[in-house]
Amino acid sequence: MPNTYQVISSVTVGSGGAANITFSSIPQTFTDLVVKLSGRSSRSAAVGEEFYLTFNGNTSSYSERQLRGDGSSVISQTFSGSSIQQLGQPGAGATANTFGNWEFYIPNYAGSNNKSISLDGVTENNATQSYTYLEAGLWSNSAAITSITISAGSYLAVEHSTAVLYGIKNS
Amino acid sequence: MATKLIVDCSTGVTTEVELTAEEIAEREAMAAEYAVQKAQEDAAVAAKSAAKQAAQDKLKALGLTDLEIAAITGA
Repeated sequence: MPNTYQVISSVTVGSGGAANITFSSIPQTFTDLVVKLSGRSSRSAAVGEEFYLTFNGNTSSYSERQLRGDGSSVISQTFSGSSIQQLGQPGAGATANTFGNWEFYIPNYAGSNNKSISLDGVTENNATQSYTYLEAGLWSNSAAITSITISAGSYLAVEHSTAVLYGIKNS
Repeated sequence: MATKLIVDCSTGVTTEVELTAEEIAEREAMAAEYAVQKAQEDAAVAAKSAAKQAAQDKLKALGLTDLEIAAITGA
């Protein structure tokens, strides 16, 4: 059970927006990693727009199972491919100045097994349609994770979107 | 031109650089891949919902009440 929680790095998007956020040269001295993301997409009209997560610049061997509620129904979905996807964020159609909240938990990131990821998040919208997510992800790659990239897909993460990378030690 | 933020965790320094053509293509491919999978999932959900409704309509045509249909389907 982790008993430490240390900020490794953080970043806040500036006025021009950003297509990607990458944490590079991640120290290999922790047991687990946590990313906290407060994001909003530049996509017009969207209430929920997708961000994507990749490791080490690699774009293969990702899969995930997702439970998602949208204000009126709940669905279970699977995805696989070049990223951990469908990390919903409010777009320009959502209530102004609101940001999504996500947490990615990556245990044993420096180990030599495939990498599992637990994700949970919400979009924010002061209306009936808003999304909440629970996801279990897998990167079928035994490499230690040295970099994490959050991509805003075809759009931008808008100004004030923030990501914080924490390291957790088990002792 | 879209840019990316790179946070070097060993130094704490953040740099902003333009995406390469390869990175732009990668982003667009991710979005396209997601759109295809999402459409497939949505179609599956819609098909399941339609099948459920069709089954309920058939049960109703046989004379079952809504309460009776709910009792045997859990709906």
